[in-house]
Amino acid sequence: MVLNQLQNLGKAGLERLQSLGRAGTFLLGSVPWGGPGSAGFRDLIKQIYSIGVRSLSIILVAGFFVGMVLGLQGYTILSDFGSEAALGTMVSLTLLRELGPVMTALLFAGRAGSALTAEIGLMKATEQLSAMEMMGVDPLKRVITPRIWGGFIAMPILALLFSLVGIWGGAYVGIQMLGVDEGAYWGNMQASVEFYDDVIKGLIKSLVFGLVVTWIAVFQGYDSVPTSEGISKATTQTVVVASLSVLGLDFVLTAIMLGGV
Amino acid sequence: MSNNEAFVSIRGMSFSRGDRLIYNNVDLDIPRGKVTAVMGPSGTGKTTLLRLIGGQLLPDSGTIKVDGHNVPALKRGPLFELRKQKMGMLFQSGALFTDLSVFENVAFPLRVHTDLPNSMVRDLVLMKLEAVGLRGARDLMPAELSGGMARRVALARTIALDPEMILYDEPFTGLDPISMGVTVKLIKSLNDALGLTSILVTHDVEEACSIADYVCILSDGGVIGFDTPDNLIKHGSDQVKQFMTGEADGPVPFHFPAADLAEDMLRGNSGA
Repeated sequence: MVLNQLQNLGKAGLERLQSLGRAGTFLLGSVPWGGPGSAGFRDLIKQIYSIGVRSLSIILVAGFFVGMVLGLQGYTILSDFGSEAALGTMVSLTLLRELGPVMTALLFAGRAGSALTAEIGLMKATEQLSAMEMMGVDPLKRVITPRIWGGFIAMPILALLFSLVGIWGGAYVGIQMLGVDEGAYWGNMQASVEFYDDVIKGLIKSLVFGLVVTWIAVFQGYDSVPTSEGISKATTQTVVVASLSVLGLDFVLTAIMLGGV
Repeated sequence: MSNNEAFVSIRGMSFSRGDRLIYNNVDLDIPRGKVTAVMGPSGTGKTTLLRLIGGQLLPDSGTIKVDGHNVPALKRGPLFELRKQKMGMLFQSGALFTDLSVFENVAFPLRVHTDLPNSMVRDLVLMKLEAVGLRGARDLMPAELSGGMARRVALARTIALDPEMILYDEPFTGLDPISMGVTVKLIKSLNDALGLTSILVTHDVEEACSIADYVCILSDGGVIGFDTPDNLIKHGSDQVKQFMTGEADGPVPFHFPAADLAEDMLRGNSGA
């Protein structure tokens, strides 16, 4: 019994390792452009549209609500110390440093990541990827490369828009509803947000998240068992693995960037 | 048959999936310019054979030469080049790109592999679609096609780059009698008109025999018969005759290998 369990544990471990190895070579093979039947600029634009532009509505709406909540909570906490004027600073830093990149990546994993996995899994199940191979077209270069780059490019833009709309949301609640001084809100924000430390570091985070989430999504689809059950499992797996990776990586990146730990 | 006549030449090829040996030291020659039907019971690895020839699967040992190139030994680049220049494959489902129209599906290999101007691509696509009788369906999407039409569009796409060999994976499965007749006729006429080498994996003995120059019968990890259809029916081994006439049991076993039935039942709940 114990021996059996040990064996199963070993088997599961080996399978994980193998899958990790496959994912690694998959990424190395699909990031560079060029190769048999490689995709063109138009394919990239198409992917940025379907991955990025079509995620806009969920990102913008979510960003506005998150900003409004930040405005409400921030005002309540800050007014205890009589420093409501710092509301703009608090909302903008929270969004630019953390919530913008992380929330966008989580929403992106649910909206675009799952769609990518299902699309590629279905292409595999209906032999479209095999058909490409037999036409002398490398599906890695044709299908995967533009999607990985599409996600990589779209994510930081989405995260910036999320933060932007969030800051407006915070301003709306703070200034219009709670009566924070408009000059203080924007002025303090302008004085305390650093371009490199806050904006660029947030952007770096979302670039990493963009790559990781898209990578996980396309790999799960490409590596899925080509049946309806396999694709549904792969789609779930994408959302779970991508979300956890984003949260874990966020801690690591924040620790590195703050120079602490 | 001498080697020069063979378009595909397989020597000492073994392939296993997990613990199951699918092919055991197989030698097989597919003659150039002919229609060869590969038949055999389900699970003997007929589709696997096509994937081995196409280089999508690698054999455990042995060589698979397509027009002189040993496919398993080719690197990624030359393999894609060989597929592009010499091979086409028709998949059972058709495998059309669902996001492209019929016209764009057939144009896809041309657009990817050539720099032809649009007007030329259009002419070529319309010619290929005309050959399969679906020029009028060019603006439809794959979801709007019947199974038989989808397969014909896929066939037009397969011949878009003028391959020297076409691999057909179960081309007759799930077709109504008229579509079936159309497909049978198309495969034969394309083969003769374009001087192709065709390899046909199928279960339909009657249809296959009506157009195949040669029939290859696979069973138990090897080739048990390779000859013209007439010769096989007349002079084949018992096993071959069983297959050609469709007997349920005989030399080719009806049962998947298993322990003795009585023993299995008596074992009760102790095992699966």
